[in-house]
Amino acid sequence: MITPPSSTPFSYVLGLADDALVSAQRMGWWISRAPQLEEDLALANIGLDQLGQARNLLTYAGELEGAGRSEDDLAYLRDDRDFRNVWLVERPQTDFGVAMARLLVFSAWQAELYAALALGEDPTLAAIAGKAVKEVAYHLDHARRWVVRLGDGTEESHARMQVALEAEWPYVEELFGPVDGAVVDPVALRDAVLTTVESVLAEATLVVPQVAPARGGGRRGLHTEDLGYLLAEMQHLHRSHPGATW
Amino acid sequence: MSAEVSFDELLADDGRVEPRDPMPEDYRRSLVRQIAQHAHSEIIGMQPEGNWISRAPSLRRKAILMAKVQDEAGHGLYLYAAAETLGVDREDLLDQLHTGRQKYSSIFNYPTLTWADVGAIGWLVDGAAIVNQVPLCRCSYGPYARAMIRVCKEESFHQRQGFEILHTLAHGTPAQKAMAQDAVDRYWWPALMMFGPPDADSPHSAQSMAWGIKRFSNDELRQRFIDMTVPQAEALGLTLPDPELRWNAERGHYDSGPIDFTELFEVIQGNGPCNAQRMGHRVRAHEDGAWVREAASAYAAKQAARAAGEVA
Amino acid sequence: MSTRDWPLWEVFVRSRRGLSHVHVGSLHAPDAEMALRNARDVYTRRQEGVSLWVVPSAEIVASEAGQREEFFDPAADKIYRHPTFYEIPEGVEHL
Repeated sequence: MITPPSSTPFSYVLGLADDALVSAQRMGWWISRAPQLEEDLALANIGLDQLGQARNLLTYAGELEGAGRSEDDLAYLRDDRDFRNVWLVERPQTDFGVAMARLLVFSAWQAELYAALALGEDPTLAAIAGKAVKEVAYHLDHARRWVVRLGDGTEESHARMQVALEAEWPYVEELFGPVDGAVVDPVALRDAVLTTVESVLAEATLVVPQVAPARGGGRRGLHTEDLGYLLAEMQHLHRSHPGATW
Repeated sequence: MSAEVSFDELLADDGRVEPRDPMPEDYRRSLVRQIAQHAHSEIIGMQPEGNWISRAPSLRRKAILMAKVQDEAGHGLYLYAAAETLGVDREDLLDQLHTGRQKYSSIFNYPTLTWADVGAIGWLVDGAAIVNQVPLCRCSYGPYARAMIRVCKEESFHQRQGFEILHTLAHGTPAQKAMAQDAVDRYWWPALMMFGPPDADSPHSAQSMAWGIKRFSNDELRQRFIDMTVPQAEALGLTLPDPELRWNAERGHYDSGPIDFTELFEVIQGNGPCNAQRMGHRVRAHEDGAWVREAASAYAAKQAARAAGEVA
Repeated sequence: MSTRDWPLWEVFVRSRRGLSHVHVGSLHAPDAEMALRNARDVYTRRQEGVSLWVVPSAEIVASEAGQREEFFDPAADKIYRHPTFYEIPEGVEHL
């Protein structure tokens, strides 16, 4: 089947792809480090879903660009100034509370986003989103259950979960910031996402943080220092052998 | 009828023992030891390969590797569950691992220095594990045998992906081929040691065979692995680091050089390259997760109390 | 039994519609919701199922090995319960 030329901008799809890719890269860290063996499997499943979304989106971004770049070219051969992901996903997450707070926000946002894209006019993007929307529904469910258990668990877990939430909250607003050529207007997702997240926090006996938003800029290629290290690790082997196949 | 007699009859009649059957304490203890050690090996085995998840050289390889290391968590989980049917708790078995009272396979105390090591582990280490594990699918203890059937089914993709990694490297650039050969050079002898000491020095073997826990001797399985692997190495275009390796038409097997078991015993004694690192990683993950496990238990207790309150 | 770990749950999977749920193994989970989700992540990674049951292991009532003879041996001589017990004249079909 020949799909008609799409007016969807390369940079928009790339941003969504990078969100998924960088998130999957952070999630992969947890495999062998989860609090319980069952959770190693659960987090690996989530990471694999995100990586799958990233691969589909990168491949499509490459097609839109029309310069012959593959998923691997885009993942491994761009520097951090060319990555378009939000700050939320790129910082280290080596605390389980942080991981679940972030997953709650990220999956609540992805759920709204993919649901809207699945109904959109770009058939390729709609197909990718239609598959992903089921995956992120499960991620959201997983994050929700953990945030509630940690928030309403022990005194220690409640305190740690609140701290984790405070740490992630400055990065929420960037998700709703304007993006050139956005297929789904980011700001239109804000109410639905915050309603979902805040209802979980209420059930978890946690307080919605009152913090100033971080500066952001990921969609324009301005990142935290953390992304450079993440990419250095992710890309070094691929880049050490130019042109090799793996 | 004594428990001992009915157990012997059971073994003779069915060859299968199930959790609630009478069984000699030695049989039970021996199974717990073996299954726990096997489970520990699976979860410690997540580390050497997990070491490359963040650096896998393509997104396809990254996905495969994540799924593979995830499978190892699953295998550990199935095996702990099998051990728990013998009246022990997973938490206690983990304690024994974390305090060094129970062992795991020494192979995982070797480092994964290059990407090719991920291939060598899949091909050689998982290959050796499969040779060891296939007979366990017919082991006399039902839950262990059933867990192994599941493990073996899932494991077959592991060996193939390892072979594919090495095949791609061996047919790639000169640097990639050298990387593949170096990995095989480092992993060949440790893989052979996975079958344990020679039969003459294997303290538990005879009893395990009589109980139907073990079906073939260490040396038989090692020979089977060598016979399988040599032609595969030829297909890869890689050399196995044993100058004495040659086909013996009379025996119908490959002859191989002597294995330096002093090396194996060194690693078992804790002097392998990564013993402390592997244990440190495992214990840290467990300790860092304690607050999470406690929170979930506390929440479950609260919910149960709330439900009881609503009913009352 | 130690109380430090989450309770043990038995997992049953229906591999496809039309078939019964079959026991596949067990896992640990703090409560039923998490047990169900853990079962999904642990036991259906390769499309093994379309439906799941989880049951607290402690709730399973099992026959004792020591009762095997009194429970199951008496059925052994009731061979008239099986169709092969009956002799049918040559040539009679659909029976």
